[in-house]
Amino acid sequence: MKKILQKMPDALVRLLAVFLGLIVLGAFVVIVLIPRPRKDVKIQWADAVKKEQAKPVAYAGFHACAECHEKLYERKKTGYHRDLSCETCHGPAKAHTEDPDKVKPVIPQERSFCPLCHAYNPSRPRGFPQINPVAHNPLKACASCHNPHDPKPPTTPKECAACHGEIARTKAMSHHVQLACTVCHKAPQQHKVSPRSVKPTKPENREFCGKCHAKDAKDKMAKNAPKVDLSTHGEKYVCWQCHYPHSPEVEE
Amino acid sequence: MNSRRKFLKDLFAFLLSGGAIGGILKILPAKALANEAPRKGKWYGFGVSVDKCIGCARCMEACKTENNVPREPFFFRTWVERYVIKRNGEVAVKTIETKPEAAPESAVDKSILRSFFVPKLCNQCANPPCVQVCPVGATFQTDDGVVLVNKETCIGCRYCIQACPYGMRYLHPQSHTADKCTFCYHRISQDLLPACVEVCPTQARIFGDLNSGASPLARFRRMNKIHVLKPGLNTEPKVYYASLDGEVR
Repeated sequence: MKKILQKMPDALVRLLAVFLGLIVLGAFVVIVLIPRPRKDVKIQWADAVKKEQAKPVAYAGFHACAECHEKLYERKKTGYHRDLSCETCHGPAKAHTEDPDKVKPVIPQERSFCPLCHAYNPSRPRGFPQINPVAHNPLKACASCHNPHDPKPPTTPKECAACHGEIARTKAMSHHVQLACTVCHKAPQQHKVSPRSVKPTKPENREFCGKCHAKDAKDKMAKNAPKVDLSTHGEKYVCWQCHYPHSPEVEE
Repeated sequence: MNSRRKFLKDLFAFLLSGGAIGGILKILPAKALANEAPRKGKWYGFGVSVDKCIGCARCMEACKTENNVPREPFFFRTWVERYVIKRNGEVAVKTIETKPEAAPESAVDKSILRSFFVPKLCNQCANPPCVQVCPVGATFQTDDGVVLVNKETCIGCRYCIQACPYGMRYLHPQSHTADKCTFCYHRISQDLLPACVEVCPTQARIFGDLNSGASPLARFRRMNKIHVLKPGLNTEPKVYYASLDGEVR
C-alpha cells in the first residue's frame, strides 16, 4: 500500500484526499443533517393529505339545515325543489350552524337570482321550466307569486300535466302555447287507467296541421301562422315526422 | 457443413432468441400491471349527467367559495362549458360566467342545431400524466384515488399544467404553486359531498366510491351510457359522463 502511495505523484494523492473528504462530507450532510421528512416523499405526501383534510369547510351540507329548520325541510321535501340543497340558494352556511344568531345566511330576493336557473336559454334541457325575465311580470319579486320552498309549475291542462309535465313546460315556451292538448290529441278515458295499452290519438294526416298552416288556411287563430303549400311541401310524410309540434321550429 | 452457412444459421438463431428474450422482458412488466389486484378500500369517482346540466354556474360559485379559488374569471377548479353547434357544422365553445347573463340567442335563432352545457372538473385519472411529470414528487395520488398537490414541495415549474390533457390545473397567483380540483378532499374525508355536488340543483353531478356496490354513483354507471374525456390517451379518467356529445373535447 505504502509503495503505491509513494509511487503516486504527490499532487494526485492530495487530490484524492480532497475528493474523499468531499464524499464523506456529502454523505454526512445527506444522511445526518437533512431531516427525513425532507428526503422521503411518502412522509411529505402523508403530511399533504393531513393538511388538505384539515382545511375549513364552508358548506355545511343539507342534513345540517334539517336539524333546526324542520318545517321548511318538510315543506320542501315534497315540492319540485326537493332535490335542491338549501345552500344552493342561501349560500355557504357552516358559519351559521356554528353561531346561528350572529351569522345569517343570505335570502336572495332580487329578481336577478331565480333566472340564474330559470331564464330561457336554448342550451338548457328541454322541459326545464324557463321564463323570459324581461316579459315575465316585470318589477315583481319572484317570491311574491312563487314560494321558493314549494314552487308550482304552470298549470296548463291538469289532466295531462301530471304525467306529461315536460311536454307541458316545453309547449309553454313555444309558439303553440295557446293550443290545448285536446286540439291535436283525443285521449280516451281508458288512457288514464292503462296509459300504455290505450294511447291518445295523434294527427293522422297532413290536412290536420294544414287547417292552420296550409296556404289557404281559414282558421282565425292561424292568421300569423307560417304557411306552406301542402301539395309540394314534405311529400309523403305526416307533419310531425319532421317537425316537433310541442316546440315547433320557426322561420324568421 | 459449409462454415459460412453454419455461421449464417447460428447468427439467425442468435438474433431470433435475442428478440424473443427482449420481447418477453418487455411484456413482463406490462403483464404485471394488467394483473394488478382490484383496489381495496375507497376509490373515488364522479359522474356528470350532461342532459341534466342547466348551466346555472352554482357549482363554479360554490367551488370558488369552498376552496378559496381566486375570483378572477380565468382561475377555475371546475367550470361549465356551453356548446353551441350550428347547422353549418360550426361549433362554438365558451366557458360560462359565474353570474350567467341571459342567453345571447333568442328562441327563434334558427342557426342552432343543438346546444348544451358540459361541466368540467379534474378527471382524477387513475393513470395521471401530471403525476408522472412532476420533477419533485409534489403531486401524487392518494390511496383513495385523488390526485393532490403538496404545496410545501411544489416549485411552481408549471410542468404539470402543460402535461394535463384536460387543462384542469392552474398556477395559484398567491402561493405560486400548482392548484387543482381535489374532489373537495377536506369535505369527503368528513363524509360530506364535494361543494359542487352539494349545490347542484338538478343532480347533474354525482359523487361516490367506485368500489361500493350500491350508491348513487354505482346506479349512475349502471343505468347510463357512459363515456370519458379523451379515452385514447390512456389516462383512465374517473369522471364519467352520461350523454356526452361527440363534439366535446
